[in-house]
Amino acid sequence: MSSLSRDDVAHLAMLARIELTDAELDRMLGELSVILDAVALVQQAPTEGVEPMSHPLPLVNVTRPDEVRPGLTSAQALSGAPEADQQRFSVPRILSDD
Amino acid sequence: MTNDLTRWSAARMADSLARREISAVELTQAHLDRIAAVDGSVHSYLHVDETGVLAQARAVDDARARNEDLHVMAGVPIAVKDVVATEGLPTTCGSRILSGWIPPYDATLVTKLKAAGMPILGKTNMDEFAMGSSTEHSAYGPSRNPWDLERIPGGSGGGSSSVLASFQAPLAIGTDTGGSIRQPASVTGTVGTKPTYGGVSRYGLVALASSLDQAGPCARTVLDTALLHAVIGGYDPRDSTSIHAPVPEVVRAAQSADVSGMRIGVVKQLSGEGYQAGVQARFNEAVALLVDAGATVVEVDCPNFQYALAAYYLILPSEASSNLARFDAMRYGLRALPEGVDDPSAEQVMAATREVGFGAEVKRRIILGTYALSSGYYDAYYGQAQKVRRLIAQDFDRAFEVADVLVSPTAPTTAFKIGEKLDDPLAMYLNDVATIPANLAGIPGMSLPSGLATEDGLPTGFQILAPATKDERLYAVGSALERELVSRWGGHLLEKAPTLATVGAEVAR
Repeated sequence: MSSLSRDDVAHLAMLARIELTDAELDRMLGELSVILDAVALVQQAPTEGVEPMSHPLPLVNVTRPDEVRPGLTSAQALSGAPEADQQRFSVPRILSDD
Repeated sequence: MTNDLTRWSAARMADSLARREISAVELTQAHLDRIAAVDGSVHSYLHVDETGVLAQARAVDDARARNEDLHVMAGVPIAVKDVVATEGLPTTCGSRILSGWIPPYDATLVTKLKAAGMPILGKTNMDEFAMGSSTEHSAYGPSRNPWDLERIPGGSGGGSSSVLASFQAPLAIGTDTGGSIRQPASVTGTVGTKPTYGGVSRYGLVALASSLDQAGPCARTVLDTALLHAVIGGYDPRDSTSIHAPVPEVVRAAQSADVSGMRIGVVKQLSGEGYQAGVQARFNEAVALLVDAGATVVEVDCPNFQYALAAYYLILPSEASSNLARFDAMRYGLRALPEGVDDPSAEQVMAATREVGFGAEVKRRIILGTYALSSGYYDAYYGQAQKVRRLIAQDFDRAFEVADVLVSPTAPTTAFKIGEKLDDPLAMYLNDVATIPANLAGIPGMSLPSGLATEDGLPTGFQILAPATKDERLYAVGSALERELVSRWGGHLLEKAPTLATVGAEVAR
């Protein structure tokens, strides 16, 4: 059994930058516990000495010639922005005043 | 042969266009009329580009009138899943957070469709960010299965499967991260291929899980699927995980339909218990037909497949939690302000936006992934899942030493009712039990119809898997099986689907 608490889920939601209502938090706690119990099955697999696999292709670095190629114009790049100002993305404050 | 153009195969459309028996505008208009008549009840499309698609069709007709060299598929219309960026057309991924977003560029596969002269009808519905097996997680409401409008068309690509099964497009683009092309094909009586990982460019796809995602072709016949595969496949310098090799000879393989001497491996772990009786029965019959066609059958053992679902539901959420961090309310998409906060910080705005912009399943998977990657749990969950992934790839390696292709039912059941599994995430996840191993290993897979389950009269799917980069084998086997089945049925399976009520026509139910 997973030992996830309500505070754990609230903390994870904060890390994931998702505001949750109290009702959502309750529901999420129940559902995540069930899912975690199920996926914990991976811990029973015979994985001793097995190399982790992060990707299906055995890739090494892929490079290309350092040549200019067309990209988006600033108007195109900003076309979906919630707010733009002086050809830049306009964002809420990052730091607090105090 | 029917005169209703929308019921033709894409191959016949292409042929007729080339002979100038029909025009691209005529063909496109027939599909727009069909969309107007039935999409109110099926809900395959999130956006129909009536003006744009007719303009593209007219351009093909004009080029043909000038005797220009045209691609074999020029003028054959197509529907594109809403996870694929299309310049000037809304791309929402079935999510509120991207409501109204118009990409400033095309995905590479869209560039290829346009270069081939294939008019784009519109964007198809999907589970939000491709998370789901039913389209019920779309923020814009579910698509319906044309075989029974009370049932799901599969997911996440249920828009692309239902669009084909209701004859609203002859071809569609899907993406498959854990089965999102193959399972929808299975439950709607259509065909779909997940190519080898890296076989079709991922540039311009909104990423769910980057090491698993693969775009691919969806159609009503194996040959049509191959024709589309050949258009969209191939190396793309803009996708660093793209395979630097020519597209496998999929069209030639589909035309050959030759399985003589081929070794077909039946995966022991992907049948029997947990599989609906009618699904299993049609699967067994299909294997027997392949033997009649000259193949031999061996049973293969893939003991680590029992851990595949668990590994997948750790790897996918982990990658998704990272990929979806881009939805931060700063550069595109929704921005929502937290209530009752003066001068909120960027962090507070991001959290408030994701609260209203994401649906329940997306939140669930992001938080699950955040947990699996968090310090103290990483080794036990994500790290362990990556080792299981290796074991599954090794099971495939061993299996392909004794078999040229592997086969299984595509999904354990036929289409379930809308609402039936919505409140039980684990039950929903089980739909992908047979399709997930291919994504973990990066190998290609196809689903094609194997018949109707006796108990409910709904379509069942047959899955074929091949070694990486041997996609052509899927088409040789699929085409051979399709030929045998269609001759037994006396026509394609979709001819048995109920007639949909059309707007403007009086229909007695």
